[in-house]
Amino acid sequence: MTQLWDFSGGIHPPEHKDISTSRPIRNAGVPDHLVLPLQQHIGDPAEAVVQVGERVLKGQKIADVKTGMGVPVHAPTSGVIESIADYPVPHPSGMADQCITLKPDGEDQWCPRHPVKDYRSLERDQVLQKIREAGISGMGGAGFPTNIKLRPPRDRKVSTLILNGAECEPYITADDMTMREKADEVVAGLKIMAWILRPERCVIGIEDNKPEAIAALRKATEGTQTEIAVIPTKYPSGGEKQLIRILTGMEVPSAGIPADIGVMCQNIGTAVAVAQAVLEGTPLISRIVTITGEAVREPGNFEALIGTPIEHFLAQAGINQDVVSRLVLGGPMMGYTLTTEAVPVIKTTNCVIAATAAELPAPPPEQPCIRCGQCAEVCPMELLPQQLFWHAKATEFEKAEHLNLFDCIECGACSYVCPSSIPLVQYYRFAKGEIRVQRAEQLKADRARERFEARQARLEREQEEKELRRKERAKAAAEAQAKKKAEAEKAAAEGEAVDERSAKAALVEQALARKKAKTEASRPQPPVADTAEEKPDIEALEKQLTQAQSKLETMQSMLDDAKAQQADNVEKLERAVAKNHDRVKRAEHALAEARGKLAARPTTESQSTQ
Amino acid sequence: MWTSVLVAVVVLLALAVVFGGLLGFAAERFKVEGNPLVDQIDALLPQTQCGQCGYPGCRPYAESIAEGGPINKCPPGGESTIKALADLLDVEPEPLDAEHGVEQVKRVAVIREDECIGCTKCIQACPVDAILGAAKHMHTVIESECTGCDLCVDPCPVDCIDMVTVEPDIRTWTWTPPKSGLIATDRQGASA
Repeated sequence: MTQLWDFSGGIHPPEHKDISTSRPIRNAGVPDHLVLPLQQHIGDPAEAVVQVGERVLKGQKIADVKTGMGVPVHAPTSGVIESIADYPVPHPSGMADQCITLKPDGEDQWCPRHPVKDYRSLERDQVLQKIREAGISGMGGAGFPTNIKLRPPRDRKVSTLILNGAECEPYITADDMTMREKADEVVAGLKIMAWILRPERCVIGIEDNKPEAIAALRKATEGTQTEIAVIPTKYPSGGEKQLIRILTGMEVPSAGIPADIGVMCQNIGTAVAVAQAVLEGTPLISRIVTITGEAVREPGNFEALIGTPIEHFLAQAGINQDVVSRLVLGGPMMGYTLTTEAVPVIKTTNCVIAATAAELPAPPPEQPCIRCGQCAEVCPMELLPQQLFWHAKATEFEKAEHLNLFDCIECGACSYVCPSSIPLVQYYRFAKGEIRVQRAEQLKADRARERFEARQARLEREQEEKELRRKERAKAAAEAQAKKKAEAEKAAAEGEAVDERSAKAALVEQALARKKAKTEASRPQPPVADTAEEKPDIEALEKQLTQAQSKLETMQSMLDDAKAQQADNVEKLERAVAKNHDRVKRAEHALAEARGKLAARPTTESQSTQ
Repeated sequence: MWTSVLVAVVVLLALAVVFGGLLGFAAERFKVEGNPLVDQIDALLPQTQCGQCGYPGCRPYAESIAEGGPINKCPPGGESTIKALADLLDVEPEPLDAEHGVEQVKRVAVIREDECIGCTKCIQACPVDAILGAAKHMHTVIESECTGCDLCVDPCPVDCIDMVTVEPDIRTWTWTPPKSGLIATDRQGASA
């Protein structure tokens, strides 16, 4: 006998399970069209790998997750892809999401399958890959991709593998019927998972309200080491953390995963899917769904293709449209009301309740909390529902978070017992959602700040670079100017020198020319050149004469002054004056000579022309 | 008697010198660069960098708040930011100053790409570099990085930028709070 523990809290709501266990699992058949949402589990949505109008075979992969966490989607039957568009999907928001719709051709033609009877001859990673390629995600609740779950971090050795057959929520019997009718497949799937994980202990936990399922599994596990643990019926014993507590006495740490304490929980349906995927090569294209409630005439469990619209089963189960007041997807405790019957069955859909008004009445209006404390007594996570409620209602989310709001499993036990009919879980869901939004906004704000700061830094850098370039340019310009100036100065200096030299050269040339002219004038030569040469000579001579005369005048005046003052330098001055007299005479003489020559020229010119 | 008084005075003086030195050393050694309050305030601001507060970005506004400026100038942050700032600074929350704008639902800029002439004016205006493009080539907004600040709308010479309200989709949807309109007696009256 397996040792059992108890978890705190819990409730005993009416079970209503017998409604749907009286009939065997029926095949729902192939509907007119199938709607396959691209996202059927937590993680990233898949991307379609087929085109509209393409014909696909049963079991063919039609969508896959290329980057990120997720598993592929397969065609549940052969047919033609009708569209890839937004359709209503099973989601509490009632919103639409991307789906592939498939028009079955009625042939139900399989694509090639690759069954592996002796999976032990394969590598474990190959088997895990097969499980991924079969598109298996957890079929109990959130739908975590099974291949990822079966590969826990290296430092987390799974010592206990638990198969969760508790199915504690009222109305739902999908796992119960699966265990009764497919016990061998359940055990086969468990064996494959056990071979992958190599745990020390394998336990199947079943609530004691399912004697047939217990008997069937006992028979199927005969001769193996797998334990069948019959646990007392109490909601929510099927919660992962609660079942682990019951079967091992250990508690999953807050914000941790069961692998942290060496435990792993898998769903009954997942075990069957794993067995089919490995042993038969069949991808996850169908599942067992409970159709129940007082508004259907023939409630029971259906083997349904993924993507079958809910209305298809409801018709098969004989829904009485006159009395149905609301459709609930999932159980009455944790499920949500459907807004349309057109939503399809997905990998995580386990139950649809078509309830009459008397069966699931609208909740009575909320009344003030009377602080009775019943919610705290039934909380299976040992939280403080009252405090969480106050803080959630007052939108003091930080305080709610501080009281471990995120450990709440939203089982609804607190709302169930509340005498003031306060929809407590709804408040917690709201608070959780708001906190997630705030976190996302904070992340976005942080990123915006980073980008803004990076931009500011870039602009500053650019400005600095510009400034630097500007300075460099200014410096270069100044240097260039200085150089130019220096050059100009140098050039100017050189230019003057050149001028002087050129002036001297010109004078020398003039002198030479004069000499030449003189020598040539002595001989009869073409006089045209002579006149040109002579003209400036006269001017120069005139200039010389005036200069000499003015110098003589100054000397004369200085001599007169000196004589008047009886100075010592009279003699010197007299000599200078005499010298200047000579110079003036010579200049006068030269000038007269030149003039004489010039006056004689026209005659020589006329002579030569004659 | 006098000696004991003297001893006490000397001991206290010695202690004062020792601790004074210690404090002085600590003040120098563990000196905090900048104002940590500005960082705290900046962390609460929505970082849209929209400038609606009249400051060139969220940080300058945070600096002004740290110096005692009003906390109600941030329309994108709205009521919740004012509340958070009031909590942090221990002051009374004030209503949003309507002079700087009103609180709006979250929006993002979308460029009508056919009409874009590739002038790069919006790229220069975007405070978070969320617009992609080059001169004479079409520009587009990186939606996930857009803060919805409006700053790109005015500079556009052909008015091809729209501010589009972000509609919640199935991945961003969250539960709404329970409606508590009716009380028990109302309901009985309504059903009767």
